[in-house]
Amino acid sequence: MTLLGRTTVNVVVGISVLYTLLPVMWLVLAATKDVDALFRSDLFGDFSFVENVKNLLAMDKGLYGRWYVNSLLYAVIGAAASAFISIAAGYAFDKYSFRHKEKLFGLVLAGVMVPQTVLALPLYLMASEAGLVNTFWAVFIPALFNPFGVYLGRIFAQGYVPDEVLEAARIDGAGDLATYFKVALRMLGPAMVTLFLFQLTTIWNNFFLPMVMLSDQKLYPVSLGLYQWNSSATVSPEYYPVVIMGSLFAVLPLILAFMLLQRFWKAGMTAGAVK
Amino acid sequence: MKGKLACAILMAPFFLLLVTVFLIPTGTAIWLSFFAADQPGLGFGPERTVFVGLRSYVAVLSDPTFLNGLGTVVLYCLIYIPLMVLGALVLALLLDSGVAKLRSWAQMSLYLPHAVPGIIAALIWLYLYTPGLSPIIDLFAKADIQINFLGIHTVLPSIVNIALWSNLGYNMVIFYAALQAVPREVLEASVVDGAGPVKQAVRIKTPLVRGAIVTVGIFTLIWALQLFTEPVLLSQSTPMISARFSPSMYIYDAAFTRNNYGLAAAASVILLAFTIALSYGVTRWTNRKAA
Repeated sequence: MTLLGRTTVNVVVGISVLYTLLPVMWLVLAATKDVDALFRSDLFGDFSFVENVKNLLAMDKGLYGRWYVNSLLYAVIGAAASAFISIAAGYAFDKYSFRHKEKLFGLVLAGVMVPQTVLALPLYLMASEAGLVNTFWAVFIPALFNPFGVYLGRIFAQGYVPDEVLEAARIDGAGDLATYFKVALRMLGPAMVTLFLFQLTTIWNNFFLPMVMLSDQKLYPVSLGLYQWNSSATVSPEYYPVVIMGSLFAVLPLILAFMLLQRFWKAGMTAGAVK
Repeated sequence: MKGKLACAILMAPFFLLLVTVFLIPTGTAIWLSFFAADQPGLGFGPERTVFVGLRSYVAVLSDPTFLNGLGTVVLYCLIYIPLMVLGALVLALLLDSGVAKLRSWAQMSLYLPHAVPGIIAALIWLYLYTPGLSPIIDLFAKADIQINFLGIHTVLPSIVNIALWSNLGYNMVIFYAALQAVPREVLEASVVDGAGPVKQAVRIKTPLVRGAIVTVGIFTLIWALQLFTEPVLLSQSTPMISARFSPSMYIYDAAFTRNNYGLAAAASVILLAFTIALSYGVTRWTNRKAA
């Protein structure tokens, strides 16, 4: 390729990288400033990072810590359980045959299409009927449902678990369930990680359902809590540095999870995209 | 394979969820849309739920605030989806061309915003749109340009920008993965035939990743039609976003501010039908183009 072509390519990619990186860098930089410095828009203000962290943890009697723990519980346990449930169903779709299987699978795929906002009101009414409104479960249970995970699980089971292996296990006298838990599940490890990350992101992002279901601030996830603090910030600016620091901390777990599990999700996404 | 029982046990948890958090709620939404709470007589006595047929649908479809919201979301899709798909595809093609430097580093950076939760992405950009906080506005001011990101004409592009920022890298990675799967012999053959890098990207590579383009397009569409988080957050800071800015906001407002469940349910069913019709239409259209 010509030198001009090479330069153009690298300039376009470079500008795109700046576009995605700069707002995050602004967040990091803003987290080091106090309210005055924030509004002066100096690039570097007085370094008040430690003070901002202290303020964040002390604000409203340490509410942020609770939100953080809530988010971790919702997301980590929810994503693990969801991955486990979806993979099992996807595996069963691939390895067993029964009547109307493809129709049933079509129903699963239809689940991908239905907007959260459509389900929110009925879910709220059902939860209030069951006495679950404003509890942990009202947010936790709906988040376990991941139809796209079943779709991916089926593809993974097809690719990673050869039928011969299952046949061999059967000849050795292992039951179907024992084969699944002892043999197949181990081969589906990377798939499990992919689905875990997928749902971890979704639940950590979850905003609409908690907003509908929860009125007790102590049950809020970080997303909803920061939303509420931001509305306070429009009236009392001392909330700004707290919201900014809170946002920075809320970003860290996902970035950490993606970096640690990078090897797995890349393989997983490829499988999902190419099919 | 035999073992009906094992199959049922493996599928049971998922289908239990499917029924309780998907089928029953969808059915409930449809059911609710045909009923309304009626005050008997002079408003004394208990509320009754009465069958009202299509009355809620008529009310929603003749409500200018709902139609405005629907129009807003359609306009949003028309700006956002082409920008997203084209942007992600071009970036993936550039990275795949082999001349981009520091490729995996660039990929990581482009992917980073996807790890930022939607509400926090909206928060970051809201602050970058807020006069006094924003270094961008200051920069423009130094060049004597007054810019209001939350004005009547700029608020929708500002929302598009947030969504684009969040998802560009994610979709780029999907396209890149699809491009990596293109057989190298095909590309070598095209080089022998005298195709330059640009022609190769447009004529050879792009058609070969059509499947990924359609998938990304449809997922982006379904997701875009639900537009809620970004405008709700921005509405805390600008009067340009009303409580019924998008259909999802309309549903929330009807259900939880006005407590009109029939109206909210009818709006939900309309949004659902709209989503299904559009996704189906896009699928059919792309299939026909392929044939």
